[in-house]
Amino acid sequence: MAIKTYILVCGGTACQSSHGTELYDALRHELAAQGVENEAQVVRTGCFGFCEKGPIVKILPDETFYVCVKPEDAKEIVAEHVIKGRPVARLLYDASQSKANAKLEEIPFYQKQFRIVLRNCGVINPEKIEEYIARDGYAALAKALTEMTPEDIIEEVKKSGLRGRGGAGFPTWMKWNFTKQAAGEEKYIVCNADEGDPGAYMDRSTIEGDPHSILEAMAIAGRAVGANHGVIYIRAEYPLAIEHLETALKQAREYGLFGKNILGTGFDFDIELRLGAGAFVCGEETALLASAMGKRGMPIPRPPFPAVSGLWGKPTVINNVETWANIPVIILKGGEWFHKIGTEKSPGTKVFALTGKINNSGLIEVPMGITLREIVYDIGGGIRGGKKFKAVQTGGPSGGVITADYIDTPIDYEHLAELGSIMGSGGMIVMDEDDCMVDVARFYQEFCVDESCGKCAPCRIGTRTLLTLLEKIAKGNGEPRDIDKIKSVGRAMQKAALCGLGQTAPNPVLSTLRYFEDEYRAHIDERRCPAGKCKDLVRFVIDEAKCRGCTACARKCPVGAISGERQKPHVIDQNKCVKCGECFRTCRFGAISRQ
Amino acid sequence: MSDTATYTLTPELKAYVEERKSIPGSLIMVLHRVQEHFGFIPRQVAFEVADALDIPLAKVYGVITFYHFFKLKKPGKYKISVCLGTACYLKGGGDLLAELESKLGVGLNTVTDDGLFSVEAVRCVGCCGLAPVVTVNGSDVHGRLKKSDVQGIIDQYNALEAASRDA
Repeated sequence: MAIKTYILVCGGTACQSSHGTELYDALRHELAAQGVENEAQVVRTGCFGFCEKGPIVKILPDETFYVCVKPEDAKEIVAEHVIKGRPVARLLYDASQSKANAKLEEIPFYQKQFRIVLRNCGVINPEKIEEYIARDGYAALAKALTEMTPEDIIEEVKKSGLRGRGGAGFPTWMKWNFTKQAAGEEKYIVCNADEGDPGAYMDRSTIEGDPHSILEAMAIAGRAVGANHGVIYIRAEYPLAIEHLETALKQAREYGLFGKNILGTGFDFDIELRLGAGAFVCGEETALLASAMGKRGMPIPRPPFPAVSGLWGKPTVINNVETWANIPVIILKGGEWFHKIGTEKSPGTKVFALTGKINNSGLIEVPMGITLREIVYDIGGGIRGGKKFKAVQTGGPSGGVITADYIDTPIDYEHLAELGSIMGSGGMIVMDEDDCMVDVARFYQEFCVDESCGKCAPCRIGTRTLLTLLEKIAKGNGEPRDIDKIKSVGRAMQKAALCGLGQTAPNPVLSTLRYFEDEYRAHIDERRCPAGKCKDLVRFVIDEAKCRGCTACARKCPVGAISGERQKPHVIDQNKCVKCGECFRTCRFGAISRQ
Repeated sequence: MSDTATYTLTPELKAYVEERKSIPGSLIMVLHRVQEHFGFIPRQVAFEVADALDIPLAKVYGVITFYHFFKLKKPGKYKISVCLGTACYLKGGGDLLAELESKLGVGLNTVTDDGLFSVEAVRCVGCCGLAPVVTVNGSDVHGRLKKSDVQGIIDQYNALEAASRDA
């Protein structure tokens, strides 16, 4: 009997961690146990993006979309849905509480999204090349090899207006063209999959869910610039992505789509994987190349740019994962088609990892030019716990904040730069009223101190100086002149540091200072943290009038700082208090306040 | 527990080094394989790698110490990594770390006396949807944690350990 039903189970890291693997096994077991293993098939796909509601299950052909599915639900799904054709209502996504949304397109999280990069994520089994090919996979490579000249390929990418998705937004076709024109027989194609921005996992999901798209794109670029070797530099922290890439490479070679004489055209291309080892600076292209050559990942001054002298001193194209994933679609559908999506200067889409204090965290792909309001409220479902929106941080440790005043700004390279942030690789972290901007700036600065490679003084000394100043302010020892110091050190770093890491390291501090100077002032002038996050500036106090003397807080306090008789108001000994906040969370009468 | 074991390249590792030797710039790939096997990079093995690849020992250590991923000390049998990526940090990753340190009585990057647990901070494991996240030995992911969940995680591995001793 033919397979009638396909059960797609998300195999992304977040879903797998929420018992997705057990769910996959349970579904397969149930199909066999209920005797329908010949009618339905379980398929493990890439990330659906809706990580908040994982594990995700989608049933084809009727496209029913189940959320928060547990292994125990497998029996019911098979018995009810697969055998009797009745959707399991309790597992459907229900936003309005009134009507269950059965299909993916009906769910608000997906309505404003437009998928190019993530076109195959959650659709195909990433470990099967046949499924990629069935979705027009490798058709772009065939077209590039048989119908197009290298000039045609570059022209198509130029028409698309595609800009580098790694953060800086440099036009992709120009990189390719420089490399093509550079002298030399041997050239390289490199994929930057060293996703180091904390709070971002776009590239991980793209590779895990659709590894062939990266391979295909790199081969197309190889044809365009005249390179026969590719290197994918990927974080060792992403084992599943590495495994899927290795499988994909093996299959592509077996199909004659990689290796010698691809599709009988005489064009040779193959790819080698090189693992990163946890250094944020290796996202910088010259540092990445050093690391890919087995050395310490330290940047070197540019020029010469990698397009002239890159891997092993040869002309090299470096693009990041998301940039590559766009290429096959551009070649197949044409640059003009692509250019119509998004805005004039920033065509196409952008993938963001929407995280932080948001209801629907997950991976989203939206057309450029969408407003932040649409992302936060329509897709993200608003702020968690009904709190007040404060800011969104984009661009990670190299970026800055966008505040509530600018929530209607269209998201593209130019507008973000105007606001003092950057597009970055796609981390989008939502912060609410409980988040202290001094603390956030301190967090990023600490990261930069750890990650500074130490080669140039502006970065090595500058990041440390900024961190010291921020820690001083967070502890309540700040002086008014510290703000000027931060600004002057920050500006010096922007101008003098050797590479992108050092030049952008002061951005989170300068950006938060620009929009939340009053918050910095409150720390300095009033020794007060308005968000109540900086522990040294917080005091927990018991309101005598409200305290019932239930002793709950005193029992919870880890350092015995709370004393008082039963049924009489308690007091907190401020000298003993370690400001852990346990009492505040424990009190049922609202008698403890944070000041 | 002092570490008195001696470490040396296994035949498989030797074969891998031999295979990579002719490919330029293979040091990092070799170190990955070594750490995958031992859980860290033992001093003696670093010497052997330097010899086998014909790279000065200073260069080998230069690379090991540059990258956060490579460890010079043996981690606990259960290596607990607390994610301090931005999303996890905002949602209380720092509190989880402090709680783990206090419950286990160890500091950052140190191992409990019985060699069972070690605690480290990592930058973003890429499960921001589950923040805050703690991973154990890289593969067991515990998400959406509260401070009060920490003891449960420790107990879980203690029970696992007790079970494996009884078996």
